[in-house]
This record gives sequence, structure tokens and C-alpha cells, in this order.
Amino acid sequence: MITNLHSRRGFLKGTALATGGILLSLQLPDAMRSRAALAADSTAPFIPNAFVKIDEHGVTLIMPHTEVGQGIYTSSAMMMAEELELDLDQVTVEAAPPDMSKYMDPNLYDQATGGSMSTRSDWMRLRQAAAAARMMMVSAAAARWNVDPSTLKVERGIIRNPANGQHLSYAEIAPAAAGQPVPTKITLKQPSQFRLIGTGAKRVDTPAKVNGSAVYGIDMRLPGMKIATLAMSPVKGGTIASMDEAACRATPGVVDLVRSGNDAVAVIGEHMWAAKQGLEALAITWDSGANGKVTLDSIIEKLDEASRSQGVVIRNEKNAQASIDTAAIKLSAVYQSPFLSHSPLEPLNCTLHITGDGAQLWVGTQVPVRAQKALADAIGLSPDKVTVHNQLMGGAFGRRLDVDSIEIAAKLLKDIRYPVKMVWTREQDMTHDYYRPYYYDRVAAGLDADRRLVGRTHRVTGSSIYARWAAAAFKNGIDPDAVDCAAETPYDEDAVLTDYVRQEPDGMNTSWWRGVGPTHNVFVVESFVDEMAAAAKQDPLEFRRRMLTRNPRALAVLDLAAEKAGWGQPLPAGHGRGISLQFAFGTYLAHILDIDATSSDQIKLIRSVIAVDCGITINPDTVLAQMQGGMIFGLSAAMFNQITLTDGAVDQTNFDTYRVMRINEVPTIEVHHILNNEAPGGVGEAATSAAAGALANAICAATGKRIRSLPLSA
Amino acid sequence: MKQLVINGIAHDVDAPDDMPLLWVLRDVLGMTGTKYGCGIAQCGACTVHLGDQAVRACQTTLDMIEGQAITTIEGAAGNPIGAKVQTAWLEKEVVQCGYCQSGQIMSAIALLSTNAKPTDADIDDAMAGNICRCGTYVRIREAIHAAASL
Repeated sequence: MITNLHSRRGFLKGTALATGGILLSLQLPDAMRSRAALAADSTAPFIPNAFVKIDEHGVTLIMPHTEVGQGIYTSSAMMMAEELELDLDQVTVEAAPPDMSKYMDPNLYDQATGGSMSTRSDWMRLRQAAAAARMMMVSAAAARWNVDPSTLKVERGIIRNPANGQHLSYAEIAPAAAGQPVPTKITLKQPSQFRLIGTGAKRVDTPAKVNGSAVYGIDMRLPGMKIATLAMSPVKGGTIASMDEAACRATPGVVDLVRSGNDAVAVIGEHMWAAKQGLEALAITWDSGANGKVTLDSIIEKLDEASRSQGVVIRNEKNAQASIDTAAIKLSAVYQSPFLSHSPLEPLNCTLHITGDGAQLWVGTQVPVRAQKALADAIGLSPDKVTVHNQLMGGAFGRRLDVDSIEIAAKLLKDIRYPVKMVWTREQDMTHDYYRPYYYDRVAAGLDADRRLVGRTHRVTGSSIYARWAAAAFKNGIDPDAVDCAAETPYDEDAVLTDYVRQEPDGMNTSWWRGVGPTHNVFVVESFVDEMAAAAKQDPLEFRRRMLTRNPRALAVLDLAAEKAGWGQPLPAGHGRGISLQFAFGTYLAHILDIDATSSDQIKLIRSVIAVDCGITINPDTVLAQMQGGMIFGLSAAMFNQITLTDGAVDQTNFDTYRVMRINEVPTIEVHHILNNEAPGGVGEAATSAAAGALANAICAATGKRIRSLPLSA
Repeated sequence: MKQLVINGIAHDVDAPDDMPLLWVLRDVLGMTGTKYGCGIAQCGACTVHLGDQAVRACQTTLDMIEGQAITTIEGAAGNPIGAKVQTAWLEKEVVQCGYCQSGQIMSAIALLSTNAKPTDADIDDAMAGNICRCGTYVRIREAIHAAASL
């Protein structure tokens, strides 16, 4: 039965319509509490709900999700400006403060930005919040003019009475609007009425990012601020064996030296150079501790052993194992996906000013409430004494969903009373990541005499991120992320067995990485579907098409990608073409990749064709950008990336040993976007999870070699 | 005390000879548009111009500067090619997180300053030292071609 998975998914995903409606009523505390007071004070801003603030300076939209480059500030602002009858040049966007009661993502159960969830979670609630604000201002204007509100028109924030030409700006009517009742019935625009949603509006955050004026967390500057950098044990659980404090303190520009127990030390300097020089002079040596013998091989051995036993059953329908046992053609395989580093280009950092009875934190984080609590807990304050100033992020890719960097900075700086910016070197960032888990997958399938799939089993073995990060949602050993896109595929499948074996790696922390569960599972499933097609002696496209009789949207993206890629047309000798199809993050996506395998040195990527159906689209140019960037992120990892360990320590320390795809290595990327009015799907990670399977299938088409372990260069 | 001329303005800086320009710009002078990404000339986020050459500020120590004019992203618009590159970057909506883009733009300006109509191969050669983790390379290429046509 599949009820476990479905009930879990129900908990995780909810329904946008239901939660949106409920949330609006929950998220109007400011208006409820202080309406009378606001009405009495004409200088107070009009704050009808948690997302809109209007005062004499204009309209400010509060962003419940954080901007990591994915364009959510623009999409969220477009959704609200649509209902407010404003254009983007008339609004200012502002990061939400940590406040779970107002800004919790209803599908993530946290004030978090991740899982390609933001547009899905905000699609109803932000438009409703904006519409409510507009209705209150229109009602206030109607009351002032003593007319029926339905006779008034709004355009670019000006309310007009067509009957007599009277008009008022939002700024003018906002103080009076605060006295209006919050509407209980909100009618949103129909798609045919949209003038902003669906357009390629320019991003609101980019002008400052081309002239150096954008301020990221690492750019924070405060009066009297010093700069620190830290060293942590290269082996998890290791301790400081020796260090030369005198040499460190004698280094010019070094201000202080602080340590947290026996596992971390930081040098505070007048500038980063002094701090780095001081850390070098410290010449720390470490005792490795219990993890000092861990290697990648020792971790893989344990995964292999764990994968031989039955795990927690996620989906078990129509006795898949028996179907395979009696099938005409049987296949089985082991697939392996490596540890990966996030390595956002902005290294981890945060700026702390601890004042004794309170603290301030400037940081780019995907989880502001967790950030606040991490600092508060580390120095023994209540969270309400910690002010969080969320900053722009130089990439995140999941890394800033964890707050270890804030916790360690707080422990190191707990006795320092001036502002300190703690900046991780690239080397500390890469060797102390919370890595994408290493996954070890056992798959099997049976085909009948008619070459049709009759049963499929898939056992995922690996770390559970849920168990650590969202323990309340990790129930009965089920990790919904670890099996996402393994238990359910786009295909007509009746007999499926999926189970999950939790096996935590020694000496490694694990966490969310762009594309999360689907990134590894789509690689495995789509590679294995090609293995099935080969065993059935069928064309990979036709084999898939035959299994898509119940899924028209999946078939449509597959057919579109195949048509645009010229599937079936001949390729030069030594070239190959591979498919990957998925339904992930609420989005249908097909990817067809052409590669050149004629060089023995390196596979060359030629052409990537993507067909995507993400339902209703806020900004098609943002979708295009996420398809391009997400694909490159996924291809980069599949081609080059893995984290390995020797004697418990991560071997890769910087971009010289952790190779990132560069401009000369990317294929041409064509994106074909199916537009419709279905519920919105996520796009930030969809292309990433579609990269590796198409690559592995293209290589097999070109060379006959089946890639079952990533990356290619390993 | 050394004098550095940055974006046409002279600054007196009290810093050791072996201090990389990156940290002088960011932490001494407060010009944070130039970014730290790797510290070992692998990522290009700290690209600035020394004279008309694109250099990595993380590997350019103060004693290597010897009176040459420094241009950073904050001064990019002061050069007609720089202004065109910034315009093209916005026109093509290149930017995602934006962290690498100061370095990308400085590398692109250096390219267009010596090669008014670069081919794709020229762009590959000139830009391969600049990493973008968001994967904006497709649009960087388009924007360089667009800037060359402005």
C-alpha cells in the first residue's frame, strides 16, 4: 500500500488553496491588534497584513522567502503587484524578519526557502494578502467619497472615481485604510486578467549586482567591526593537539585569539589578511579522534552491507518481487551517487554583535528563525533578544539551510563585545560542509515476453537528512526525501516495491543539496529505464512512450523534447544522445542531451534540450534562467564532482581539487516551455535533477558503457 | 604609507607589502564590490584591472602594483566599454545570485577592450577563469556579444 507515503506527502505539501486561505486569516495580527490605533495616527504605516506595508515613502512588500539568486524576490513581488495594481518600479522589497507565526512556509513547516517550494507556497497567500490590502484602500477611498467601492478603478496605485475624475494615491489613502475591516471574501484575478504575471519582467535585485553596490552577508561593515577567520578540526570530532598562541598574537594586525572548547579556534584581526596570517602562525595540530581512520571506501563498505537487508517499506504494490521472479527478462543493478559539496561562491560568514543582554546577527540564511535560535542558544539568550538582519546570499544551494556556521561563530565570540565578522576561508567551507549524502541504490526490474515492464524494486540506502533536520517529520523510519522520485515515477507502473535503509556515514555531516532526493533518484531510475529499453531491444524514447498512457503531461514534455532534439536523426560517429524524464517539485521535465565521446580525455557536452511544464508561470524568463543554471549545476556535479576522505579528512579543499564547470565546457541549452494554467510547480531544482540521467544515457549510447557510479571523472 | 589610485581617486594605505589587494580593497578601503571566492586564483570573483589588464586581486600583493591605476567594479561605469557591459548584463538578465558577477564583468570589459568583436572561442579563452556556481554562462556569452554590438 502507498498510504504511508501519501499521508506523509499530505503533511508536507498540503494544498495551496486550503492553506492559503487559512494563512491569510492567521497572518493579519498587526491589523487586528492595532487597527484603531493606526487609524488615529495618520503618520503610521498601513500594515494590513504580514506582507504589505504602505506609508508616505511608498509600498514595501515583505518577502517570506529568501533570495539566493533564484529570482524569488521578483516573482513574489510580481504576484503581489498584480493584485495591488502596481508595477515593479513602484515597490520596494524587504526580507522578512524571523517570525514563524507570519512567515512559515506552509509546506515546509518552517520559515525556510528550499525544495523549490516558494512559488508553490506563496501562489495563493501573497496574492490574497495583496488583494486584501488593495480592497481596504479602495474601501477607504469609497468611504471618503461616499460611493460604492465597486465603481472605483485602480491603476499604478492610483484609485480613481471614473464618474467625476477624483483620485487618491495609495500613500494618501493608506492611513484611512487602516481603519477599514479586513476583507473576509477575497476574489483573485483570473489568469485572463493578468497584466504582470506571465511576463518576463526585469528582476528587482539585479541593478545593484552589476555595479558592486549589492551588499551580501560577507560585505557587512559596522563601526568598530573586526574580522575573524576560523579553523576547525579536519576530522569530525577531532581536537586541538597543539598551537603556537604567542606566534599568532605577535602577527601584525591580530587583535585576539578565541577558542570554543577543543574543536575550533578563531583569530580576530583588523582585516581578513591579518586574521589569515595569524591563523597560519598558530600552526595548529589536531588529534583525529574516533574518525581518524574513516575513508570513502570504509563508508561505501558499510553502505553496501546495509543495502543487503530489507529497509523500511515505502511503497509495495502488486507484489513486485514475485512479478520480477517470474518475468521473461530480469535485470538488476547497483547505482552509486557521491558526496557533494555545495560550495556557493560566497563562503560561509556571519557578523555578530553580542552586547551582553542581546545580540545582533547579520547573515544570509535560508532559515532566519533557526539562525536566531542558533545564536540565542549558543550564548544563553532567549531568541527574542537576537535581532536577525537577513542579507543577500552569494548562492546557497541548500548550504544555508543549516546554521552550524552561526552556532560556531557564537560559541567562539561569546565573550567578545565588539562587532565581529566571521568569514570562513574557502578551504574551511569546503572541508566542513554538510554534504549531499552518498547514496547506494539497488534496483531490479522484470519485463514480460512482450517486453513490457511488469515489476520494479528500488532500495535506497543512505543518510537521512530528515532525521536530523526535520526530526518531527521523520516517522517510522520513513524519509520521504530519500525516496522522492524512486517510489513514484511518471510511468504506468502497478507492481513497485521501494524501501529505504538508513545508514549514516562515519565522520560526515549531510544535508540538503540542490535537487535533493530527485537529483540522485532520477539519475538512477532514468538510467535503469534505459537499461530496461536495451534489454527489451527497444528505442529508449519508444520504450518510455509505451509506459506513459496515463500521464499526458509527462508524455507531452517528452514528445516536445524529442521533437526539438531531433530524436532518431543520426549523430556523428562517437556521439550519443540520452533522455531523462521526471515529475519532480510539481514540475514535468524532459531532457535530451547530445554528447561527443570521441576524445579519450573528456566527454564534451554538445546540446541540451529541455521541455518543461511547470504549470502557471509567474515569470517565464526566471524559469528559463533556472533551467539553464540548474542544468549546468547538475551537469557540473555529474561530470566532475565528488567529496572523498582520507584518514577521516575531506580531500577536496578548493576549486582546484573540486572542479566546477566553466564557460568553455557548457553545452548549448535550449528550453521549450509549455504554458498552461495548472497549479504552479517548482523550477529552482528541476533541471539539476534531470542532468545526470541524460548524460549517463548519452554516454552509453555513444560508447556502450553504462555509467552506474558518479561522477564520470572518478 | 602607500598611495593607490583606484577608480581615479588616490588613497593612502597603511598596509604591508605582501598584503593582497583583495583585502586592502574590501577590509581597509571598504570597497566590497570585489569579492572573495577562493583566494587561490581559481574562481575569478576578485577580478580587477591593473592598468588595462584583468588580474586576480587575491594574488596581487601591494608591492606588485607599483603605481599602476586600479579599476574595480565600482569604477566600471566610468569606462564606456564598462557601461556597455553593465547595460548588456541587465538587458540579458544575466545575474542570479550575483556574487561572481563583479569578476565576470571586469573580465568581460578587459576582453572587449582588446577585442571589440570576440568570437565564442575568444569568450571561452577570456572568461574560463571566472566560475559561476549559478550557471549563468549561457547569458554571459550572450551579454558579451550584445555589449560588443552596443
